[in-house]
Amino acid sequence: MRRTLLATTLLLATQAGADTPVLTVYAGDYFTSEWGPGPMIETGFEEICGCDLQFATGDLLPRLLLEGERTKADVVIGLTSDVTAKARETGLFAPHGQDNSALTLPIEWTDDTFLPFNYGHTAFIYNETTMDAPPASFADLLDMPDDVKIVIQDPRTSISGLALVLWVQAVYGEEAGDVWSKLAPKILTVTKDWSASYGMFTDGEVDMVLSYTTSPAYHMFAEEDFTKKAAIFPEGHYFMVETVGKIAQTDQPELADAFMAYVLSNDFQRMIPTANWSLPSALPADQWPEGWAQLPLPEKVLFYSEDEAAALKDQAVETWRNALSQ
Amino acid sequence: MAQRAQPIIGKTGIIAGGFVLAVVLLAFLGIGLRADVGRGLGPAEWAAIRFTLLQSALSALISVACAIPLARALARRRFIGRGVLITLLGAPFILPVIVAVLGLLTVFGRSGWANVALEAVGLPSISIYGLHGVVLAHVFFNLPLATRLLLQGWQSIPAERFRLAAQLDLPPKMIQRTLELPLLLQIAPGATALIFVICLTSFAVALTLGGGPRATTIELAIYQAFRFDFDLSRAALLSFIQLGLAGGAALVALWIIPNIPVSAGLDRELRRWDARGGFQRLHDSAVITLGSAFLLLPLFAIVLAGLQGLPQMPTGVWRTAGNSLGVALLSIAVLLIIALPMAGWIASRRAGGAEAIGLIGLSASPLMIGTGWFILINPIADPVPLALPVTALINALMALPFALRILVPPMRDVLSTYDRISRSLGLAGWSAWRWLVLPRLRAQIGFTAGLTGALSVGDLGVIALFADPDRATLPLQMYRLMGAYRTEAAAGAALLLLAMALGLFWICDKGGRWRAEA
Repeated sequence: MRRTLLATTLLLATQAGADTPVLTVYAGDYFTSEWGPGPMIETGFEEICGCDLQFATGDLLPRLLLEGERTKADVVIGLTSDVTAKARETGLFAPHGQDNSALTLPIEWTDDTFLPFNYGHTAFIYNETTMDAPPASFADLLDMPDDVKIVIQDPRTSISGLALVLWVQAVYGEEAGDVWSKLAPKILTVTKDWSASYGMFTDGEVDMVLSYTTSPAYHMFAEEDFTKKAAIFPEGHYFMVETVGKIAQTDQPELADAFMAYVLSNDFQRMIPTANWSLPSALPADQWPEGWAQLPLPEKVLFYSEDEAAALKDQAVETWRNALSQ
Repeated sequence: MAQRAQPIIGKTGIIAGGFVLAVVLLAFLGIGLRADVGRGLGPAEWAAIRFTLLQSALSALISVACAIPLARALARRRFIGRGVLITLLGAPFILPVIVAVLGLLTVFGRSGWANVALEAVGLPSISIYGLHGVVLAHVFFNLPLATRLLLQGWQSIPAERFRLAAQLDLPPKMIQRTLELPLLLQIAPGATALIFVICLTSFAVALTLGGGPRATTIELAIYQAFRFDFDLSRAALLSFIQLGLAGGAALVALWIIPNIPVSAGLDRELRRWDARGGFQRLHDSAVITLGSAFLLLPLFAIVLAGLQGLPQMPTGVWRTAGNSLGVALLSIAVLLIIALPMAGWIASRRAGGAEAIGLIGLSASPLMIGTGWFILINPIADPVPLALPVTALINALMALPFALRILVPPMRDVLSTYDRISRSLGLAGWSAWRWLVLPRLRAQIGFTAGLTGALSVGDLGVIALFADPDRATLPLQMYRLMGAYRTEAAAGAALLLLAMALGLFWICDKGGRWRAEA
């Protein structure tokens, strides 16, 4: 039934042609692949909007910065909190117009420009069949024998790598340099992006990988593999969020507003966990898909605001680079 | 009238060379239009420059040094499956970086095959992480290229020479001095420079196998400036430095290449009377076995992982494979249109310095060229529909230096050998191409086309900057799969990519040599 509906919608969409208003949504590259959240969001929104949602993918922020005023985007989805400051500076974005009190994030969110649609936390993932004594805290991790090997991402090229550097900064502050020196012998290597690190972990090259608290969910629900676990640290975990923003000079302001409202709708939020393998931003845990509420999550959540992060970032990365270059 | 005669071919080559320069320089102009004054170079960038130079120089020298015995062994042995082996040995060169790294780690990683074997015989384990790991990976990538370039050279020595040497009963040492050394002097410097430049722009491999930020290259700093800091002026500055290093290396190497005229033979089958001895036979077998093991085991690991992943590959992968094939064919066409006239032009000049122009497309970071052209195109037209053609053009530019390295030496020989007779027959311009050059360079043209196609299939290129959902290429799709936890499906896509790249290479290479001497 759903399939015929989809087929009819597609047919109508093509027939209607120029009469149907088009909402152009810029999205991160992973978003629109057949296993990503894009296709479901497109179908869901087109059912209610009487419009044609078109995704354009690519490197979000660089593309926006290059296009500037000429951008064809009406809405931009997938900006992470570490780039929102740069995105805000462009002056391209309008207030999101939604009620932040609908959000169920573990931190307070007051930004009226960028609206979160999912979140997660940084975490080290291990395989419980090969690791007998996983670290129970960040301090434990530092005291592990040096033959326990971890792989992390480079904070200069990867968002999760940058989050790790800020995580260490948030937990240890001034001592970050010493922490990195202690961690250095255990860091087998540093990769350009998350994919390469995670591939090394699943191939058994390392004992632990820097990833997200939600990573075990993929293995549990998509592969029925219950051996991958996130090590939860009482010192807290760094919060990572993806947001959606509305372009101020959009030629489809109503549609853009409707999309922003759709992002907070139950339909949208329920898709996020299994389509994006992250936690929904505006859905109480008791309404998460089955099994998700049992996912171990940190009690303490650490987060730097955009301005704090911008002020700390360069020095934190430099501390990391110095300690690991010794 | 002692005026130097006009070369029989060459004018269109100047236009092609100018076009290549224009593509790169206009990209810089595009960046310059949008760059603010950013911060200059800090100690981190200088450390990156030093490390880049060190690892590139080591990688290039070791690749060529290892390629010499391997190419010689392959050149003087005939055995069943030799053709297939030579094609397979070329594969590492065209692998996408991330695939190759995982393949290398399966063999040389902490729990890799090499360490399992070492442990079994009670030897201490080896670690691949560090400068030696970076060099090992770069040798893995580039040994095939160096070997093929040298092998082509060896096969270009006319069979009559070896026959004559055998009749004169020259000892192997003398054959090396009189026949092989001049050849090495002609090919090795260019090959070294080329590999040096390829390694200059490496970054994901260097970082991962280098074990951390000690192994930061200039390309990583460029990427960081573009993608993270959006500091276009620093990105442009670093790109210029990279271009300068590459250009410098190219000029040094190409200017010292002696121009050795090799008179043509009668294209007989090559027989090596000098290498029939038992010791040499044993030596060659050992070299071929070792070289093959080093290059093929990681490949085998990729195939093994890929076979398991094939059934899990989503159907969309096939569509992206179609896009990649289209891009590859377009790249081949663009490349041949640029490379053939350029090779003709360079070959008819006395010094080889002009070949450096060919290197700038490779040494300017593709990210940089893509971004520059995005800025230039954006005010005039929508860049998105142009994403695939632009990718094809940039892929062709990246393949240009390889093409020139393959085409120029035989072109030089053809031109110098047939120069007088062509003049007396009035053969010039298009008819010289049609009757003289193209038929004699068929094998090299096929090889070049195959290499370009394969490189283009495997390259992520600039598509990631502004791909729309329908225009993804196979490597991009593979990265997307990896980014969505689907490591196994990604391994399947990697195998498909490997098969496509090798298939394309094999068809073009075979086509070039069809009914011709190998």
